[in-house]
Amino acid sequence: MSELHTRTLSQMLQDLDNKVYSSVELTQHYLDRIERLDPSINSYITVLRDAALSRAASMDTARSKGSHSPLAGIPIAHKDIICTEGVRTSAGSRMLDNFIAPYNATLVEQLNKAGVVTLGKTNMDEFAMGSSNENSYYGPVHNPWQRDRVPGGSSGGSAASMAARLCAGATGTDTGGSIRQPAAFCGITGLKPTYGRVSRWGVIAYASSLDQAGPMAQTAEDTAHLLQAMAGFDPRDSTSINQPVPNYLAQINAPVAGLRIGLCQEYFDAGLDDNIRAAVMTAAKTLESMGAILSEVSLPNTQQAIPAYYVIAPAECSSNLSRYDGVRFGYRCANPESIEDLYKRSRSEGFGREVKSRIMVGTFALSAGYYEAYYRKAQQIRRLISADFTRAFEQVDYILGPTTPSTAFKLGEKLDDQVAMYLQDIYTISVNLAGLPAISLPAGQSQGLPIGLQLIGRHLDEGGLLKVAHNFQQASDWHLRRPDDNQ
Amino acid sequence: MPAITVNQDLVRTIAELSQLNIDAKDIDGYAADMTKVLALVEEMHTVDTVAVVPMSNPTDASQQLRQDEVTEADQRDRYQAIAPETDGGFYLVPRVVD
Repeated sequence: MSELHTRTLSQMLQDLDNKVYSSVELTQHYLDRIERLDPSINSYITVLRDAALSRAASMDTARSKGSHSPLAGIPIAHKDIICTEGVRTSAGSRMLDNFIAPYNATLVEQLNKAGVVTLGKTNMDEFAMGSSNENSYYGPVHNPWQRDRVPGGSSGGSAASMAARLCAGATGTDTGGSIRQPAAFCGITGLKPTYGRVSRWGVIAYASSLDQAGPMAQTAEDTAHLLQAMAGFDPRDSTSINQPVPNYLAQINAPVAGLRIGLCQEYFDAGLDDNIRAAVMTAAKTLESMGAILSEVSLPNTQQAIPAYYVIAPAECSSNLSRYDGVRFGYRCANPESIEDLYKRSRSEGFGREVKSRIMVGTFALSAGYYEAYYRKAQQIRRLISADFTRAFEQVDYILGPTTPSTAFKLGEKLDDQVAMYLQDIYTISVNLAGLPAISLPAGQSQGLPIGLQLIGRHLDEGGLLKVAHNFQQASDWHLRRPDDNQ
Repeated sequence: MPAITVNQDLVRTIAELSQLNIDAKDIDGYAADMTKVLALVEEMHTVDTVAVVPMSNPTDASQQLRQDEVTEADQRDRYQAIAPETDGGFYLVPRVVD
């Protein structure tokens, strides 16, 4: 029973069905691993030991009574930006260190309905602003592959806990790459769904026109299991897509023969690490050997994505984060002298440096005299980027490239260079601006660190992405590799 | 549009609009960071967008509206249980009017 964590989520479902072990045993196994291994990784902010064991016991009972809940008894973790009723939901910030969510996010409700056991809440960059998980009030997360490296961000805790096998699956959110980049750095599979495919209700807002929650897991098949439960229309989210959710698992084994896969030439530019370039090309050849048709495509406005993003995201953040004023919930400064003092000191003491910096940039971009030149301009660029994808998807079915320009960098390496940190998201950000689905999956290693392959699809083609990823994982074993527990 | 150099006065103005206090010792750091970010985004201005319609929703969908009906029950006590300071159903803040 000492190797339960090496099973995939899909295998665990079979094992639970076949009574090889119980959900209580599985949950206890993960809790023991968290206690033993997480002190050197710091992937969890909150561990729900008692609640998880109690939930696992009730899922075991439900199974024994013939429950057909699709994920009954599977232990997962939620990024701490996703509201969980009665449990602290901090968003990685001092501002919400005392915030006990009074309700569940819709996606939490859906996963609960599917039968998951929640092990805890994972560490993250404060309010999802960061690419290294070093901007957390709860300290940085360490990459399980090499503890002196970052796990990526902002869903760094979810990625690291999955990579270290401290959960069977996890949720994340992706505003500019925050699921895919940490998935790449940690050697796991992570899917950013189409904007609106998964409800944002109860997901603490960063940049509302970009934010999207999604699953992170070991394999594409595991990811499909989680997405199946998470996806769907939610009348409480006015940007939710009212379209039926397909059966992702039913199509996952379909062949890739005849599919047209475009290699985006702008994603193989001079800034890309040579080992990543080689690994991604090898992966493309693997798909070609399975019958996929490779070609080159161009997304000519790629270089404009980071500039547009770093106007739109801070602008929306400055608006969204204006709600934190020390009055109704969250951090309140001590002994405020006036209402203005209450607002300003609560915000100044409650937010970290990067969050304050983005609020400032966003406030500037929206201020009188600058709105047209910055915010409106960025929204125009956004349309050009979206149009690039529309043109590319007339030629190909999927776009393939690297997820990140480098493998996981060292903790502290980019802390003093905000712009270098922002450039980490060069291959992921366009996808958010265009609202497209994209998946990152392990496709190699360089000096002991995982390499991520990104596939981008048309709106609502999560099923196709999972199919291509699953096919690749049938022909490779990168997704099965895991870091040594005793790193 | 020429690149903006953020000076101390602009940091103070933006901090005021943002309802943030910035310590005097940190103002130069914020000015430098903002200047770098604004230089990064400056590349946008090399692109001609005169005829381009701004895109605010990534799927070009318009906001869905719902019927103007009450769907939530009153849960004041529950939501105020997490408030810093309340009294009799009201949120307490420092005196606003003397």
